[in-house]
Amino acid sequence: MTEPTPPIEAEQEPEAPLGLAARLELWQRAGGIVTPLLTTIFAFFMGGLVVLVISGKNPLNTYKEIFNGSGLNWFGSYCSFPCASAGNLQQTLIQFTVLILTGLAVAFAFRCGLFNIGGQGQYIVGTVVAIQIGVSFPSLPTAIHILLAMAGATVAGALWAGIAGFLKAAVGAHEVISTIMLNWIALWVASYLIGFGGPMQDPAAGPVPVTKQITSSAKLPIIWGSPLLQGLHIGLFVALAALVVYWIVLSRTTLGYEVRAVGFNAEAARYGGISVARSYFLAMAISGAFAGLAGSMDILGWQFRLDLTSVQTYSQIAFIGIAVALLGRNGAVGIFFAALLFGALKTGTSTRNLDPNVFKPELANNLTQLIQGLVVLFVGADVLILYLWRVRRKLRLPQRKGSPA
Amino acid sequence: MIALWLVLPPLTSRAIAVPLVVGAAGISAGAWAVRQGRGRVGWGAVASGLLGMIGGVFVTRASAVHLSDVITWSTLVSLTLVFMTPLVFASIGGMFSERSGVVNIGLEGMMLMGAFFGAWGADRTGSWVGGLAIGVVAGALLALVHAFFSIHLRSDQIVSGTAINFLALGITGYIYNDVYGGRGTPGNLPAIPNVNLHWLGSIPPKSLGRFLHDSFSGINLMTLLALALVVVSYVVMFKTAIGLRIRSCGEHPRAADTVGINVHAVRYASVTTSGALAACGGVFLSIGYVSSFTENMTAGRGFIALAALIFGNWRPFGALAATLLFGFSSALAPQLENVESWSNYSTLFAALPYLLTLIAVAGVIGRSVPPASVGRPYVKQ
Repeated sequence: MTEPTPPIEAEQEPEAPLGLAARLELWQRAGGIVTPLLTTIFAFFMGGLVVLVISGKNPLNTYKEIFNGSGLNWFGSYCSFPCASAGNLQQTLIQFTVLILTGLAVAFAFRCGLFNIGGQGQYIVGTVVAIQIGVSFPSLPTAIHILLAMAGATVAGALWAGIAGFLKAAVGAHEVISTIMLNWIALWVASYLIGFGGPMQDPAAGPVPVTKQITSSAKLPIIWGSPLLQGLHIGLFVALAALVVYWIVLSRTTLGYEVRAVGFNAEAARYGGISVARSYFLAMAISGAFAGLAGSMDILGWQFRLDLTSVQTYSQIAFIGIAVALLGRNGAVGIFFAALLFGALKTGTSTRNLDPNVFKPELANNLTQLIQGLVVLFVGADVLILYLWRVRRKLRLPQRKGSPA
Repeated sequence: MIALWLVLPPLTSRAIAVPLVVGAAGISAGAWAVRQGRGRVGWGAVASGLLGMIGGVFVTRASAVHLSDVITWSTLVSLTLVFMTPLVFASIGGMFSERSGVVNIGLEGMMLMGAFFGAWGADRTGSWVGGLAIGVVAGALLALVHAFFSIHLRSDQIVSGTAINFLALGITGYIYNDVYGGRGTPGNLPAIPNVNLHWLGSIPPKSLGRFLHDSFSGINLMTLLALALVVVSYVVMFKTAIGLRIRSCGEHPRAADTVGINVHAVRYASVTTSGALAACGGVFLSIGYVSSFTENMTAGRGFIALAALIFGNWRPFGALAATLLFGFSSALAPQLENVESWSNYSTLFAALPYLLTLIAVAGVIGRSVPPASVGRPYVKQ
């Protein structure tokens, strides 16, 4: 994913108020924002068309309802206790936390030229390890227990992704294939572990495939809202810290430099004395670490126990991470906003937040999928943007032929 | 390859010695094949030989008396065929796309399109032929989107494929909920018929005849088509000029272009074909096998098909063998649930296809080598 480099030189005019260099810089910065923004707007537009044409509902009302459901209307509105929008916003931020981390999991590998499609598997491994640690040591002090569970999940995710990184580095196995396979292996092994009669299933739960609940010493503290109503947990700060770490590692360390160099051109990096194999392995492992950490956030923050359904369906959240990373153009700031967007979408379209009279929640769920697909589809198509840019230029050129260049 | 299938029958026997002997024979045959340089087949035989031995030992130990109740072999065969069918369609479809140089991660989505629009079409037109046609067209259209983005707009083919999967989930889920809501698809969907093979029962000797009858008499038309497709696609891909063109676009598009092949056209055609074929697999799922559609009903089968394609080394018969193996393990899993003390592990069985594929791409058992230019957009000079 490289930034589209538009043919700017041709656009410069002598009478431009800004200096050429300043304008170029401005444009490039805008290009970084404009492309994802346009993509998003376009995806929502297409989604709106679907709503209008297929269901015959007003798309604007639908989007407004989704927006309200996400709790983002909490900002700038006076809200008395108990406040529905605050509760919704907490849910959005909980999703936001995890989406930042799964987004980073995709983005870090991307910077090394690898496509980590295995966030799901790494996430599942993270949740399983977090549960195991969370259940196991009831006598530990809270802080240590939490840190231990987080560290365990992180390491597990790193190791799981590291398999793919190792295979890529050692025998050149394509990371996309191996991470897909690792996803499904993780899914089925986890299903076995927590399924009926599995080693991690709670014997007290009878035939229900669910693990024991983690002890209270492993639960993340709630910083906003009620602990009983799934308030916002402290993991938000962990995710924000991860964003900072991501940025520092990539742009301020030797490791980050090497990873990016390999991502730009592996052959050149090898020629420059960088161990490409090591970078592949480390990039995958760090990616997996983010995804594993994401798994522990969900377990320690609000799920507290793992059931079969959430392993098999909820873990799709790691796939949304792909959209987050792509839309955020693999930058820390971009991922922040993209994660917020998808977190809001996910919460806003959840079954309990939508008024069925305005729009059926089951439809809205799928609308999210659709929008997500469109975003990924169009963000991936840099050439499309360039193409549109050229069309625009062609349209504008005839008008300018009269004036001396 | 023979060794691979030679070792599966021992499970039928009740005596402990038989599976051990046949399994050992399988392993030695495999080892011999490895030394002959046919690594993949050989290791496959070794692996299944071991599996056969372990399985044989466990079966004889488990409950020798009720064995025939626990594992019904004809059911196992017919279920294997059922599970195999959608995988064959999708992985052969994937072969066309990838051989022409376009990675197709979107197989899952294309299958899902086929599954939903097959059911929807069958409902609307009132015949399974209509359902099949509409499903195939829907899958092909989605594949066309993938083709356009990955060929013309040169997006990353994996990103585009991922997007295709999201899109298919969204489109099918949305329309399904909009059209059918909570009611689900109607119960009287026209189904793809089974082929009447009752004459198999009259084959002597009687036990063999009954086995054949029970295994194959319920065979679906799509299953037969899938098997035919393997042969046809082999001929097309490796014995005709069309196949040569497709393969050259995947191996060395520049060279193909130089000799006058329109690389873009070939790739478009191949990707669309792959979508249509994957959709056939989806149609089989919805109106061939269960006669209904549920959201996300493909549930990862597209990825198993992808795995089969890679495990089968991007070749039709390789893919067929892989889908047979994967289908067999899927068919075996629910049967294992009947065996006490083994029921827990049946879930683990579902991971087997993926594990085998991972080992295959890792190169431990005969390295899988993809087409040289797969994943790279071609820019005409």
